[in-house]
Amino acid sequence: MSAFNAIGEEREIDRDEFTPGVEPQPTWCPGCGDFGVLKSLKQALPEAGKNPEEVLTVTGIGCSGKLNSYLDTYGFHTIHGRSLPVARAAKLANPELEVIAAGGDGDGYGIGGNHFIHTARENHDMTYIVFNNEIFGLTKGQTSPTSPKGHKSKTQPSGSAKTPIRPLSQSLTAGASYVARTAAVNPNQAKEIIKEAIEHDGFAHVDFLTQCPTWNKDARQYVPYIDIQESDDYDHDVNSREEAAEIMRETEDVLNEGTVLTGRYYVDDDRPSYQQEKKAVGEMPDEPLAERYFDDDAEWERSYDLLERHK
Amino acid sequence: MSDDELIWRIAGGSGDGIDSTSQNFAKALMRSGLNVFTHRHYPSRIRGGHTYVEIRAAEREVQSRGDGYNFLLSLGDSFARNPQEEAFYGNEEIKPLSENLDELREGGVIVYDSGLISDEDVADLNLEERAEENGWHVYPVDLRGLAKEHGREVMRNTAGVGVTAALLDLDLEHIEDLMSDAMGGDVLEANLEILHDAYEMTEEDFEFEHDLRAPTGDHDTEQALLSGSNAIAYGAIDAGCRFIAGYPMTPWTDVFTILSQNFPDMGGVSEQVEDEIAAAALAVGASHAGVKSMSGSSGGGFALMSEPLGLAEMTETPLVLIESMRAGPSTGLPTKPEQSDLEFVLYTSQADSQRVVFAPGNIEEAYEQTRLAFDIAWDYQIPAIVIYDQKLSGENKNVDIEFFDREVSPDLGSTLTEDELREAAHDNSGKFKRFNYEDAEDGVSPRSIPGQKGGRYLATGNEHSPVGHINEDPDNRVAQMERRLEKLEAIRTELDEERDSTQTYFGPDEADYGIITWGSSQGAVEEAIERLNNDGHSVKGISVSDMMPFAEKEVTEFLESVDEAMVVEMNATGQFRGLIQKELGRYGDKMTSLLKFNGNPFEPGEVVEGYEVNVAEEDQQPDAQVRIEPAAGD
Repeated sequence: MSAFNAIGEEREIDRDEFTPGVEPQPTWCPGCGDFGVLKSLKQALPEAGKNPEEVLTVTGIGCSGKLNSYLDTYGFHTIHGRSLPVARAAKLANPELEVIAAGGDGDGYGIGGNHFIHTARENHDMTYIVFNNEIFGLTKGQTSPTSPKGHKSKTQPSGSAKTPIRPLSQSLTAGASYVARTAAVNPNQAKEIIKEAIEHDGFAHVDFLTQCPTWNKDARQYVPYIDIQESDDYDHDVNSREEAAEIMRETEDVLNEGTVLTGRYYVDDDRPSYQQEKKAVGEMPDEPLAERYFDDDAEWERSYDLLERHK
Repeated sequence: MSDDELIWRIAGGSGDGIDSTSQNFAKALMRSGLNVFTHRHYPSRIRGGHTYVEIRAAEREVQSRGDGYNFLLSLGDSFARNPQEEAFYGNEEIKPLSENLDELREGGVIVYDSGLISDEDVADLNLEERAEENGWHVYPVDLRGLAKEHGREVMRNTAGVGVTAALLDLDLEHIEDLMSDAMGGDVLEANLEILHDAYEMTEEDFEFEHDLRAPTGDHDTEQALLSGSNAIAYGAIDAGCRFIAGYPMTPWTDVFTILSQNFPDMGGVSEQVEDEIAAAALAVGASHAGVKSMSGSSGGGFALMSEPLGLAEMTETPLVLIESMRAGPSTGLPTKPEQSDLEFVLYTSQADSQRVVFAPGNIEEAYEQTRLAFDIAWDYQIPAIVIYDQKLSGENKNVDIEFFDREVSPDLGSTLTEDELREAAHDNSGKFKRFNYEDAEDGVSPRSIPGQKGGRYLATGNEHSPVGHINEDPDNRVAQMERRLEKLEAIRTELDEERDSTQTYFGPDEADYGIITWGSSQGAVEEAIERLNNDGHSVKGISVSDMMPFAEKEVTEFLESVDEAMVVEMNATGQFRGLIQKELGRYGDKMTSLLKFNGNPFEPGEVVEGYEVNVAEEDQQPDAQVRIEPAAGD
């Protein structure tokens, strides 16, 4: 018998199960885009057949980091920028867990930028949702890595001299096998994208545009979106790295000038996840490592067995 | 110094095979029944530069490198480069000979490679004159030429071992066995031929004038030759650790490498990641998901780990970190030992942060305390750090293999099964009270693992309510802080009452003078105390391992029992003496410091000298490269 009976449990799952009981109520501002992420997750998880106790959500710091305070799964609210390494290890320790990491643009693309590149490169099987509102929210409105050039804030009063980061291109280049962008103002697409990301076997990066009504009133996320899968003007092949790169470049260059494209950019279903790769080279056990600690019959090699070479 | 011991130093350039040759020779001496202890000195570069390994072998137990040495095998530096007057590293081929002479004992033996080290260079050293003064016996042998005859110049190491064996009247049997284990085919054949040729040639060509012979001994039980890094890695394996994440950094890399090489066969997982922040964060993530995990680094890398360390403490995620010290600040002396990260490791991370810190002083303690660190971390859901240094990391010593013959403990400590979870406290919305403070025993509230039914909770680095929600209520804050702070007290009690003392004592029970040390300086202090008592002084010693929670009782008793004490440690500011004063709040006027921070570990004679200067109360510093820091108020 498994030590983790919540994993793979087959039953009817109500989305309300993902809502914490008495407390807490979200501390997000009225009109905050973060509500959109919370809602799409609550919808997508049961549709993907996941129950709350087999899901581990790992978050960073910022308004986005509080996601798992309001989403009732197993959760780990870590520190600024460090959600991905924590999430990666949890998945390696128990690959049967559904691991979802989340954080903000400052958290994930700024302080956690290095982890982002390496997690994508290794193609860990997890979903990574970045709440992208082009601003530092919880620290009260500073310029973030996705803020447009010229963005004025208390810390860059003359306007930012920096070109914003291109998160989609960056994760594609690094090696993510699923790259998409959606937006809080487009809830139906958001739910579908999140569900696909959860079901995807590999690193699924979702850049989730969330408006910040308090600190970033100028954010371009308020403009209408074009859904690239729905639009006749766009018919790029989502399995083609080159075509994905091309359309990403177009939209990322003009994101702050009026046109915002959302949808699936790149899907590679053939690339094995990191867990599979690691198993293939013999560096990871077939059974979840975490299970062994609850198995009274597990065999444990001793250091004594290694002493031969020291005699 | 008596010659019932052999201290054999092999010197050469990095990359010349000094390490592997010495490792094999140490094993051969161990197999012949001797106790062995090795000391490794190397520069921070891959090829060339002055490097040496010392092997001390005696019938009695040996716990330190000793003072100086009595046999030098100088191979020369085949990677030396000195194209201009001002060489980049200033290395010459002669350096492995010239740099080592100061520490060679009277009556010592020198073998140098006359095939690699030129006669002119040797003449510049006034070797003949110095040999006469010191009673040295010099044997120039063309090791390079001999190895070349058998086709492989690089095998001059083997020739050197052959010459050594002949000069010391050592049986070649164990050396041959070890070679046969390590290699085969033509390579083995050539090596064996070189070994025998060198042996015979030495016997034929030279008339032995020296008295030094290899000591003899006999072991009652089977022995294994292990480094401190081996011991730490094996302690982790036997504690049930099966997940390691790391980033390479000397000297921590050794532990990381040993576990990475062994884990695949044990169903464990090793991850080399992008930086040390990630490494420690991965260890936290794996631990959260139910696996006994660890990470580690050396000072500079450990600096990056302060964030995940605090996170583990606040979320009460068990975690073991290994910190292998080297001389600093910053990158410092990358390959040289120091005991100067103590304060850093004790207080890393913001706010009222607490962790357990053990500082093993020898190879057995390294194994023992690594196991203990895992036990404590998982029982009390608190980070535990094992702090040691480049010296203990790289030194090898023989250990009775029975010492390691014990079961693995994969117990996750204060972790519930699903059956137990059903009985555990839940709040009125059905959520598991993971951080319950009402019934917590010793500050510990049992935990669940993601995927378990009925154990759902949020782990957060923010202050949190019993079910894990972020919570800023003052009453909750105080209750949670008090509960977490209770842990160290409980651990102190457990260490005092249920565990054997992790402190180590030397010398007589009653003595006038006390020497206090910690970590890898233990061996030199142990030997110094033995020598001082043999010379009629009244000295006893304690080597302290419990840094946090501090070994308050033991150190108080020790300090009460002596008139004066000297604290011996490898750093410039007396960090451990400062810790004693901080923890005990007194004794500042009773303790002086003996400090060494030149990149080399203490030799026993330096401790003896420090004692003599101290006790004689002469207003001076010792001759050796050590410093005396007077007691507070002096």
